[in-house]
Amino acid sequence: MTSSLTTDVTRESPSPPRFLAGEKVAKPDEGAALAQSEIKISVRDFDFFYGTAKVLHGISLEIPARKVTALIGPSGCGKSTFIRSINRMNDIITDARGKGTILIDGQDVYGGDTDVVELRRRVGMVFQKSNPFPKSIYDNVAYGLRIGGMRNKRQLDDIIERSLTRAALWHEVKDRLHASALALSGGQQQRLCIARALAVDPEILLMDEPASALDPIATSKIEELIYELKDNYTIVIVTHNMQQAARVSDRTAFFMLGRVVEYAETNTIFMNPKEKMTEDYVTGRFG
Amino acid sequence: MTANLRRRKIYSGLFETLCALAVVVALIPLAMILFYVVKEGFGALNVDFFTHMPKPVGESGGGMANAIAGTLILICIAAAFAVPVGCLCGIHLSEYPGTKFSSIVRFAADVLNGVPSIVVGIFAYGILVLPVKRFSVIAGGVALGLLMIPIVVRTTEELLRLVPGGLREGALALGATRGRAVFSVIVPAALPGILTGILVALARVAGETAPLLFTAFNNRFWSTSLTQPIASLTVQVFTYAISPYDDWHRQAWAGAFLLVMMILALSILARLAVRRLERMNRS
Repeated sequence: MTSSLTTDVTRESPSPPRFLAGEKVAKPDEGAALAQSEIKISVRDFDFFYGTAKVLHGISLEIPARKVTALIGPSGCGKSTFIRSINRMNDIITDARGKGTILIDGQDVYGGDTDVVELRRRVGMVFQKSNPFPKSIYDNVAYGLRIGGMRNKRQLDDIIERSLTRAALWHEVKDRLHASALALSGGQQQRLCIARALAVDPEILLMDEPASALDPIATSKIEELIYELKDNYTIVIVTHNMQQAARVSDRTAFFMLGRVVEYAETNTIFMNPKEKMTEDYVTGRFG
Repeated sequence: MTANLRRRKIYSGLFETLCALAVVVALIPLAMILFYVVKEGFGALNVDFFTHMPKPVGESGGGMANAIAGTLILICIAAAFAVPVGCLCGIHLSEYPGTKFSSIVRFAADVLNGVPSIVVGIFAYGILVLPVKRFSVIAGGVALGLLMIPIVVRTTEELLRLVPGGLREGALALGATRGRAVFSVIVPAALPGILTGILVALARVAGETAPLLFTAFNNRFWSTSLTQPIASLTVQVFTYAISPYDDWHRQAWAGAFLLVMMILALSILARLAVRRLERMNRS
């Protein structure tokens, strides 16, 4: 633990704020429009209701493939509700319903021919509070594979090692794969949950404030991980931490009172926002 | 120290003393029961008591081998009947907590929990003894099972509801169906507690006499047939205790002592099982 601690402290920020480093010049917003082929998730006029309370108002967003898209905004603005709509996690809440379309690769998430179980296998999710099952580390990562019907021990071992390696946890746990997952530290538990989500090989990874309960060192590990994962996965991350959004994301959507106020390249949102409200929020004048 | 603070401290001390006193009052009868049962029963216990059959009146010696076996058989049947029904029912209640059906079932379970055990015995007599005109192990086991069900239902439901919602979301987010999430994640997480509930319910019905009087009845002979009457420790203790013979009285004490020990053993087993399972969950 001590060795990883020192490497962590001395290491540079996982993804330096690119706009500050001047690698890229902030593009004007028009140039940031997405080509049709890059779009992974396309949201059109999406409303969401808890009972009679409307919490999302006509959300329209196009989320690019293999990029990190951050959702920021004050508490209660609907970010979590929105992200949970993408894999229909809100289905388990009674009296909650969505209206409008969310397309993943052109297929309607809420369409009649979409099987929610299959959808959730394609769209992994990591929660704010790490939620490892009270099982061994191995069984946690194997869970999604086993419900998919995989029984072959060698195949399982293989994918589990690969997933834990991807989640930067393998070296910390390889000698105690059969110990309880609940004995891991908070940051390790969260990385285990990421490994568990990666094991079933999703196309999209939804992260609902994945680092908000973690200390700065664990947080930077998660951020580093996100940065590495985006080569292969489409990542949508909700965060309260604006530095985090700036560090890890390619595009940022600013939510406010259930609406998307502004959605653009992260550089633009932080350096050159069009809306006064966005500027006030990202500069910390409210929120 | 101001007068106000002094007054508050006096009140606090007063209530703490009252609480401690209440604990002592509650413990005295318990300690006395245990003391008498051990004092009278331990001396009367010997190897013959476990291995021998009851002797006819007048002959001394003999034991309760048939009643010990009978009680074990009866609680096994009760558990075989009540555990699956009770657990599945508890799962339903925790999965669909808000429906009208659930609130009816919950209310029914609470009512059943309060029904005097002799009434349950009469019910089992009515449906399982009268039609075949014979007392049977089955009838006794079902009567005990009916007494177990509400306890198992309610403990299962309550413990399942204590499982953090995040675990369910985690399982669903990985593509688990609802049933899969329940049986592979939520139930295992609550298992130690559910197991305790089952063992507590077993201990409770192992000590029942009334529902057995007109279901399993009694039997002075060795029997393991499920369709025949069978002896049980509780009924045997009852029969011997109201008899006029000193030798039978001694055996009744021994039976009572054995019952208390069995229930103690079940409770200890419950604790050990919980500790073991929880250790598996934690570290």
